[in-house]
Amino acid sequence: MNINATLIGESITFFIFVWFCMKYVWPPIMNSLNERKKLIADGLAAGDRGRHELELASKSASQHLLEAKQKSGEIMAAADKRAAQIIDEAKQTAKVEADRIFASAQANVAQEVARARETLRSHVAELAVAGAEKILRREINSKTHADLLTAIQNEL
Amino acid sequence: MATEVLTSSEYIRHHLQNLTYGHLPDGSWGVAHSAAQAKAMGFWAINLDTIGVSIVLGLLFLLMFRGAAKSLHTGVPTGFQNFAEWAVEFIDDSVRGSFSGRSPLVAPLALTVFVWIFLMNLMDLLPVDWIPHLAMAMGIPFFKVVPSADPNATFGMAIGVFLLVLFYSVKMKGPGGFASELAFHPFGKLGLPANIFFEGINLIAKPVSLALRLFGNMYAGEMIFILIALMFGGGIGMAVFGGALQWVWAVFHILIITLQAFIFMTLTIVYLDMAHQTDH
Repeated sequence: MNINATLIGESITFFIFVWFCMKYVWPPIMNSLNERKKLIADGLAAGDRGRHELELASKSASQHLLEAKQKSGEIMAAADKRAAQIIDEAKQTAKVEADRIFASAQANVAQEVARARETLRSHVAELAVAGAEKILRREINSKTHADLLTAIQNEL
Repeated sequence: MATEVLTSSEYIRHHLQNLTYGHLPDGSWGVAHSAAQAKAMGFWAINLDTIGVSIVLGLLFLLMFRGAAKSLHTGVPTGFQNFAEWAVEFIDDSVRGSFSGRSPLVAPLALTVFVWIFLMNLMDLLPVDWIPHLAMAMGIPFFKVVPSADPNATFGMAIGVFLLVLFYSVKMKGPGGFASELAFHPFGKLGLPANIFFEGINLIAKPVSLALRLFGNMYAGEMIFILIALMFGGGIGMAVFGGALQWVWAVFHILIITLQAFIFMTLTIVYLDMAHQTDH
């Protein structure tokens, strides 16, 4: 329990230890603590940012969805309109075509009729001539009445 | 006390004697074999046990923390790194709480003081007979294992703190500022002698109280352990009672050693804070 030179030795030891601690122990530990603190803070900030971005993304997604719905509605309406239009046009064309076909058929028929009449006319004339010939063969000379026959033929 | 029969007072005195190396009366240098011899060595002697144990413990602290500092990474800390970081953070908080200035020295100083003193005090929890008996078996006459129960150690550290206080007082306030703080407070210019007297006491009281508080607590604690250990020789009933008492006192002492280390550290921070304060 005597005070002796241990005192001095202890003081020197004290300073050496404190110096060592100050130089080699404290700064690296403190640095790593601060680094980790920063890392955690960054992580939390990134998490916040991520959440925020998610929110924005979902908002914009619903916005897009809404727009898409609206656009699809518009497209459908336009398509309906177009379909009706096409049908109308088709009807119109069909009608025109039908009229045309009808007209040409009528023309054809008229032509046929005319031709048939022509044929018939010539046949009737021939028949008439043949009949008349048969009747007149006995009593009338066809040559003498030829001008008469021609007049009748022209009348038909 | 392995072979010879000792009285209680001899037993106590033996346990409280440091292993002192110095100038023996016959003119040679060596280890004192009795308290009287140790006393006769005067100032230029050294307590091998105190200085040895404190250096070993200090190195233990520094190497462990240095090891933790070297293997540091910013990932999830494990094992001792976790503990070291916790300790550093705890000290850092304490320093931030009590120390208003900025200094690269104070926080590591506080860490060193706290852990070192804690380890020294921790030696008090070793059963009081183990180390002296071991030393006796090895032919060493005395071995006091608790450095902080030796006033040399506590005063040594307190003087270290005191020198730092003086250094920072002069550095922060300037020699003139420090001198005027001593001379012109609290009574102004007219009360100069009284000022010097009071401020001088105020200044000296810091290291003295620092050292004596730690020493007193550890010395008393060790003394109680020794007294309890004396009961082991008083029959089976006394021995069992003594064992129970020792356990209780050891549990209580865990609190005391931590508290004393913490108080020493906090006061060190506070004193250095006062040294840094430029306005009185």
